[in-house]
Amino acid sequence: MREVAVVAFAQTRHTGHDEGLSEPEMLLPVLGEVKERTGLARFGFTCSGSCDYLAGAPFSFVSALDAVGAWPPISESHVEMDAAWALHEAWVRLQHGDVDTALVYGFGKSSLGDLREIMTLQLDPYYLAPLGLDQVSFAALQASALGADEARLREIVRRSRAAGRANPCALDLPDPGEEEYEVAPLRPSDIAPITDGAAAVVLAAGDLARELAERPAWISGIAHRIEPHYLGMRDLARSASAADAARAAGAGKGHLDVAELHAQFSHEEIILADALGLSPDTVVNPSGGPLAANPVMATGLIRIGEAARRVMDGTATRVLGHAAAGPCLQQNLVAVMEA
Amino acid sequence: MGERCAVIGVGQTRYQTRRRDVSIAGLVREAALRALDDAGLTFGDIDAVVLGKAPDLFEGVMMPEAYLADALGAAGKPVTRVHTAGSVGGSTALVGASLIQSGVHERVLVVAFEKQSESNATWALSTHLPFTASLVVGAGGYFAPHIREYIRRSGAPDHIGTLVAVKDRRNALKNPYAHLRIPGITRELVEATPMLWEPIRYLETCPSSDGACAMVLAAEHKVTGTPAWVHGAAMRSEPIFRAGRDMVDPRGGRDCAADVYRQAGVTDPRREIDVAEVYVPFSWYEPMWLENLGFAGAGEGWKLTEAGATALDGDIPWNASGGVLSANPIGASGLIRFAEAAQQVRGLAGEHQVDGARRALGHAYGGGAQFFAMWMVGSDRP
Repeated sequence: MREVAVVAFAQTRHTGHDEGLSEPEMLLPVLGEVKERTGLARFGFTCSGSCDYLAGAPFSFVSALDAVGAWPPISESHVEMDAAWALHEAWVRLQHGDVDTALVYGFGKSSLGDLREIMTLQLDPYYLAPLGLDQVSFAALQASALGADEARLREIVRRSRAAGRANPCALDLPDPGEEEYEVAPLRPSDIAPITDGAAAVVLAAGDLARELAERPAWISGIAHRIEPHYLGMRDLARSASAADAARAAGAGKGHLDVAELHAQFSHEEIILADALGLSPDTVVNPSGGPLAANPVMATGLIRIGEAARRVMDGTATRVLGHAAAGPCLQQNLVAVMEA
Repeated sequence: MGERCAVIGVGQTRYQTRRRDVSIAGLVREAALRALDDAGLTFGDIDAVVLGKAPDLFEGVMMPEAYLADALGAAGKPVTRVHTAGSVGGSTALVGASLIQSGVHERVLVVAFEKQSESNATWALSTHLPFTASLVVGAGGYFAPHIREYIRRSGAPDHIGTLVAVKDRRNALKNPYAHLRIPGITRELVEATPMLWEPIRYLETCPSSDGACAMVLAAEHKVTGTPAWVHGAAMRSEPIFRAGRDMVDPRGGRDCAADVYRQAGVTDPRREIDVAEVYVPFSWYEPMWLENLGFAGAGEGWKLTEAGATALDGDIPWNASGGVLSANPIGASGLIRFAEAAQQVRGLAGEHQVDGARRALGHAYGGGAQFFAMWMVGSDRP
C-alpha cells in the first residue's frame, strides 16, 4: 500500500446547544484551519460524511460544499455515514497513485432534533423500528448483556468528562453526580451529550506528507467491518466487527500509546477495549471522547484526528482511532497510525 | 487509474411503480443475487459491499445500509454507503471501482436502489430548512428554468423534447426491465399530455419507480466470463450557490467528461464512443448533455436529436435501454446507466444491443446539476 498520512486535523469548539450557525458556517472555519496549516487550497480528492436526518431535509451535504470552495469543480464524493468512512474512501482513492492529497470533513447538529428518536429510524423498518425501542434502550440492552459494573461505568464517565474539561473543543461537563437511571443500567451521564460540531482532516501521500507536516501520522492500517443488524444474531457483549477490523488494520502488531474510541455510551468503551485488544497501559480517549463531545457524523473522524494529533505533536508514536455506526456497535472502523 | 477493474456481473430488478411483493431488503437482494449469478459467484466470494441511494427521506429509513447488511450478505465485510444526490448510482459504481483500482479489494458488490412507492419523492425533495421559502416543487420545478434557458440560447424548436420522449420510450419496449412501456407512443400522444413545468410535459418527465441494480466488479486476476473493462472514471462537484456557474452547461460536467475521455484516450466522443447511457430525467436534457459532454458544439445538440443520430439506429445511440425517462428508481438510476453501458460492451444488452459496441459511456448527474459521475467501459482490456 502507498504511504498515506494524516497531516492536519481541525475541529470546532463543539457546543451542547444550537448557536444559530448553519452547517456551512460551522464548517468554514475548520476547513480554513486545515487549509492554512497545510498551505493547500486545492485537494486531489474530497470526501465528506453527514446525515440528512439531522437537518430533517434532503441533501445536507450540498450546501456544505459551499464552504469548501469547490471552484473550479472538484473531484468529490460523500458518504451518508460518519466522516471516518469518508476518510477511508479518501485513503482508498489515494492508493490509486494519481492524486496526492485529500480533504475529509464531517459535520452534524444534533441540537436541532430529538437524536434518540431520529436514530430509531435507522432500524429495520418492518421488524425493529415499530417496536419503539430507541437508541438508548438498545444501548441499555447491550449494557445489560455485558453485565457492566456500574461503578466501572461511572469511572469511565468521570475520566471522560475530566479529560473533556481539559480539551478546549469538548464540552464542559461536571463529574457525574447522583442520577436516576435513564434506561437501566444506563444513567444520563453514560450517554454521549447532544453536540453540534464539525471536523476536517487532510491526508497526504509519500514525500508530500513529509513536506506538509513535521511529524505526519502515517496510516499503517485501516479497515472496517459490519455485522448482522438483528441483535438476536449477535453476542451483544462482544464486538466481532471491531475485532475483525482491528485485525485487518494490524492493531495488535505493536504497542498502542493512545486509543480514541467512538463509544457513545460508557459500556461501549469496555466492549471495544476488549475487542481491540487494548492493553491496560494504552491511554483511552484522552480527548474526553464522545462522552465529552459527540457531534454526530463527525465524532468518528474526530477520534482519528485526535489520535493522529498525538503522533503529530510528538506525544505518541503509535495510536488507534476508532469509529462506530449502527445500533449497538453494528459497524466498526479502525485506523492505526504511526510516527 | 491504478489497478485494472472490470464489470463481471450485472443484475437488475424489473422497474415498476410499486413492488408490493418485496421488502426493501428483498428488492436489493434480488438485484444482488442476479449480479452474482451473472458472475457465477456467491456472496461468499465478495470482499466488500458498496450501497448507494438518494435521500433517506424517500423511504424513511436512515442509513439503511445498517439494516440491509444482512440481505446483502455483508456481515463480516466492509460496507460503504454513498449518497451524492441523483448522481449517487454512478458514484456508487465509482466508489466500488476505486476499491479495486486501489488494490485494496479483488471483488466488490455495488448495489443501488430506490423504493419510491414508500413515499412521494417530489415532496421529499421539496422540504426546506425552517424559515426558508420553497420556491420550487420537486426536481422538475428546479430544472425547468434551466431548460427554458437552453431553448433560448440554442434556438431549439419546441418539438425536440417530444422527440426524445418518444425515442427513449420506444427503446424501452426492447428492455424487459423498463418501467414505462407505451406501445405505439407518438409525438401527438406526448404533446397531448399535461404541462407540468413549462416546457416539460407529463410524458417528458421520468417516472417514479421501485427498483434496484447491482454489479460485481473484479480486479484483473479475478475476471471471469465476459468483462466490461473500466477505461476511465471520474467525479466532479461544484457549489450550488456559486453565482457565476452555468447551470445549463455546467463546468463540472465538462471537466468530468474531459477527465474520463483523457483516461480512455477518446478525443472525438461522437465518433469514438459507440453508445452512451446518459442521465436524462427530463427529455430536454438529451440535447443539453449532448453539448455538455462534447458530442456536439454549443447550440448544436438539438440538431443531433432531431436528425435521429441518438436513436437506436443512429450513429451515436443514447439511452438504448430507454434511459431514466423509462425507469427511475432515483438512487439506482445512475448505476443503471453504468450497468447498461457495461452490458452493451459485454454484448449482453439483449434486444436493445447496439451492434458491435466496443466502447460505452455511463453518466449520472445530481443536485442542482452540480454533481457528476461518469465512466467509460470497453470490451478491450485497457
